Amino acid sequence: MENKVPEGREYIGISRVAGPLIFVNGIHDVGYNELAEVIDAQGKVRLGMILESSDNAAVIQVFEGTSGLSIPDTRVRFIGEPLNFGVSEEILGRVFNGLGQPIDDGPPPRVDDLRDVNGLPINPTARDYPRKFIQTGVSAIDGMNTLVRGQKLPIFSGTGLPHNKIVAQITRQSKIVGEETSFAVVFAAMGIKHDVARYFIRNFEESGVLEKVVLFLNLADDPSVERLVTPRTALTAAEFLAFSMRMHVLVILTDMTNYCESLREISTVREEIPSRKGYPGYLYSDLSAIYERAGMVKGIEGSITQMPILTMPNDDISHPVPDLSGYITEGQIVLERELDQRNIYPPIAGLPSLSRLMKDGIGEGMTREDHAHIASQLFAAYSHVKDVRALAAVIGEEELTPLDKLYLEFGERFEREFLSQDEYADRSIVETLDLGWKVISTLPKEELHRITAEELSKYYGQ
Amino acid sequence: MLEVIGKVAKVIGPVVHARGVSRAKMLDLVEVGDYHLVGEIVKLDGERAAIQVYEDTTGLAPGANIYSAGMPLSVELGPGLLGTIYDGIQRPLEVIRDQSDQYIQKGIHISVLDRERSWEFTPVIEAGAGVSGGEVVGTIQETGLIEHRALIPPDMRGRITWVADAGSFRIDDVVCRVEAPSGEVGEVKLHQRWPVRRPRPVRGRLPLSIPLITGQRVVDTLFPVAKGGTVVVPGGFGTGKTMIQHALSKWSDADIIVYIGCGERGNEMTDVLISFPELIDPRTGRPIMERTVLIANTSNMPVAAREASVYTGITIAEYYRDQGYHVAVMADSTSRWAEALRELSGRMEEMPADEGFPAYLPTRLAEFYERAGMAETLSEREGSISIVGSVSPPGGDFSEPVTQHTKRFVRCLWALDRQLANARHYPAVSWLDSYSEYVEEISDWWQERSGGEWLELRQQIMDLLQQEGKLQQVVKLVGPDVLPDTQRIILETSDMFKNAFLQQNSYDRVDMYCTPEKQIKMMRVIIDFYSLGLENIKKGANIHQLKRMEVYSDIMRMKFSITNEEIEKIDKIRDKLHRSMERIGDMFD
Repeated sequence: MENKVPEGREYIGISRVAGPLIFVNGIHDVGYNELAEVIDAQGKVRLGMILESSDNAAVIQVFEGTSGLSIPDTRVRFIGEPLNFGVSEEILGRVFNGLGQPIDDGPPPRVDDLRDVNGLPINPTARDYPRKFIQTGVSAIDGMNTLVRGQKLPIFSGTGLPHNKIVAQITRQSKIVGEETSFAVVFAAMGIKHDVARYFIRNFEESGVLEKVVLFLNLADDPSVERLVTPRTALTAAEFLAFSMRMHVLVILTDMTNYCESLREISTVREEIPSRKGYPGYLYSDLSAIYERAGMVKGIEGSITQMPILTMPNDDISHPVPDLSGYITEGQIVLERELDQRNIYPPIAGLPSLSRLMKDGIGEGMTREDHAHIASQLFAAYSHVKDVRALAAVIGEEELTPLDKLYLEFGERFEREFLSQDEYADRSIVETLDLGWKVISTLPKEELHRITAEELSKYYGQ
Repeated sequence: MLEVIGKVAKVIGPVVHARGVSRAKMLDLVEVGDYHLVGEIVKLDGERAAIQVYEDTTGLAPGANIYSAGMPLSVELGPGLLGTIYDGIQRPLEVIRDQSDQYIQKGIHISVLDRERSWEFTPVIEAGAGVSGGEVVGTIQETGLIEHRALIPPDMRGRITWVADAGSFRIDDVVCRVEAPSGEVGEVKLHQRWPVRRPRPVRGRLPLSIPLITGQRVVDTLFPVAKGGTVVVPGGFGTGKTMIQHALSKWSDADIIVYIGCGERGNEMTDVLISFPELIDPRTGRPIMERTVLIANTSNMPVAAREASVYTGITIAEYYRDQGYHVAVMADSTSRWAEALRELSGRMEEMPADEGFPAYLPTRLAEFYERAGMAETLSEREGSISIVGSVSPPGGDFSEPVTQHTKRFVRCLWALDRQLANARHYPAVSWLDSYSEYVEEISDWWQERSGGEWLELRQQIMDLLQQEGKLQQVVKLVGPDVLPDTQRIILETSDMFKNAFLQQNSYDRVDMYCTPEKQIKMMRVIIDFYSLGLENIKKGANIHQLKRMEVYSDIMRMKFSITNEEIEKIDKIRDKLHRSMERIGDMFD
């Protein structure tokens, strides 16, 4: 630092430090949301972002934390541009921190273009509607909650549930039937444990895709403020790979609950008016700025499919984080503790899970002509199973009508044969649908109102 | 050059505080900084002002200039609105895409309507006539479906000194001159501007009496809405709010649809953009896009423009109402609008009321919904605006402020139920929690078409559903087998009604739209099943005999096995039902 002439404008001394925020007085012409370098007494540089800018003061959020900063000795330099991430195809196979700085031992990757990590909203008229079925090999997803290319489908999980295993299985097995395309995985870790990150990396290695993966790691012991830009940096990389390199990108964001907690932390320090559970009122807008960076663009080959993972605090789906996520994403895969306790893997809850884009990705020419009806029938029947089970708990199984007993049997078979599968079992869509018919055939034909007569004669009891 | 009226003092997200402000009016439109970001003055305090900015403020620094646009936030009204998709402040998104790439950059200033396109104008008034505001000057075939009626601006009146002959005109062309009593001559062009926050005037309000037919059975039969009425549709995520809004935009018999995608998903708007041009309106045989205006301010677009989007939409709706059309406005979702209000209010450090929402939330909601109604227009035509507003209550809990306040200002509620949605029973409109205050007002229309039976049939079904709700409480404790068959038939009929009638598949080619005539016939068959079945049970038959009838599964499938064009087949099912019931009855005579 000593002899270097500072680029940009540099100010010595700050007026206040509060949590991850610093306040600087006596400045002028500092742009909102732009980047600042915060230099401590030892000359160590940390990055910060301007959250509030007024005539002679600015509020800066320091990504690497404020520990060790002193009021008189801290210097602040304003860069005059927002946080950028340098992109080129050399980012593939590399590991970055949340700010997009390489943290593996490799050389800095080449930079072809600098992109603002905040991104820009995609024009709805430029979007292409996602309708290409992705076969994940998992029956509960392919059959009941079909994933399509360009969708944002989160996993709502709870602590201790096998969401990582499921996502790893999906990344291993996902494919478009009958198509060979270039794909990539962007993995953004926000506040997860070292061993979880290692689990994913090992998994990528085992399936031989590591050189197609870009990792952004902000682990549990990394500064929490950095989490606020981690998904944005990752999505900037994804947008480059999808729309400039024309690759099909799967983005895994884990864990969004940690991200939201960091946002709440900053909001509290800024003394903003909280809405539910102390989260800021703009949590919805903030989350949508992340989730909406998925999809496809007309005339461009690539796509971004998002699979965010979030843990529902106390398994509560009405908690603001899953709740607001569910309002933005195109469905949700909900994991259920009860299924997990009964050792059913994957423990994907039958009823609250949903894929909104399923309707356009299934049917003749995509999966099979009976897909919509059999899925709808399985949902309806399984929903009745839940009622019958509740009734059986009160009056005893013996007292049930013969039909309701069949429903119980169907419920058991649905969970044990259809939902349940091995971590390495890769079922084709035809296998999945046939399995669906096998279990639904437990019930008499007359109960199956959502299936047409032709489908019944073709598939029932086969 | 625009006039500089102040400087930026502070930037906090979408709110910019200004200093040194002079000659600014409340709600004036301004442009901020080098990018000329569009904003609106929302607070004045001495020489300071607060501005909500409709675009991303990244990089905006204190000291930047603020320019006045010299008018309030307004929309441009004229031919070319139909079939177009705009953002929250009426910028045409397709033109933006053609001018840049897939992203919406900031600081874009483009014309709302196509200024180069010419329209075939036919005058309907002559020079020398006296006119007042809102009268029709001439007509333009705007789309294959809609005749656009060029109007005298509401605030103009006098004598016509000149009117253009029939011919091709662009929207900036003058088609008529009006000499006011003061002697001042006003020009009427093919477009006009109107401030979005001010309702356009009408001659008077008319009572509501015609239903808005939606082709959705649960709506038309159980919880109908009148043309000019207001509906709120609250529901947690995944309960099908957007699906209902889409179904109504596609199938309702309004002349014009204004669809406001307010803070929702980008792909949903894309879905509309791709599917609507391909969908043919069953009544007119034209693509429904020809009657649709789309306002898309998706969740990741700037939050202040989201706040403006509902006003932009409703003002466009009023313009078509003033031409004598029945307009239906879909606002999806008003919760996102309310949240935008909350976010802006929070950034301005206003004192919050319920759950952080500003205290003026109910006032804003009331103002918005009161712009609906059936009206006599200034040109003495009949026109209406119906509003269907969806609400996204946090955690699906209807006791939250937006749902509660909205319920006070609308007269119809379609409550979406999580349990129904989980069982994939769509539309997931709860028959126990929903209501419509319009039933009586529109009953004449239905009575006429049903031989005077509709009200009674509807009431019978509602009673059965109510009774079933109570019986289910018992069933949950002891199982259905314990109930006598006279009560089990209530369960079975309700079940039949739910599956064969209320549940409707919007992706099934036949089932997605159901004519009123088909609805009446279907309802009759189901009621007959109940009344004849009950008679037989009283004679000694049991419920299983009734369910084993072959006609039972015909009834269960009639919604998608019989098209709207061949509804006489339902009469055949009814005859078959009567015969089967007679046979069972004969066994006990």
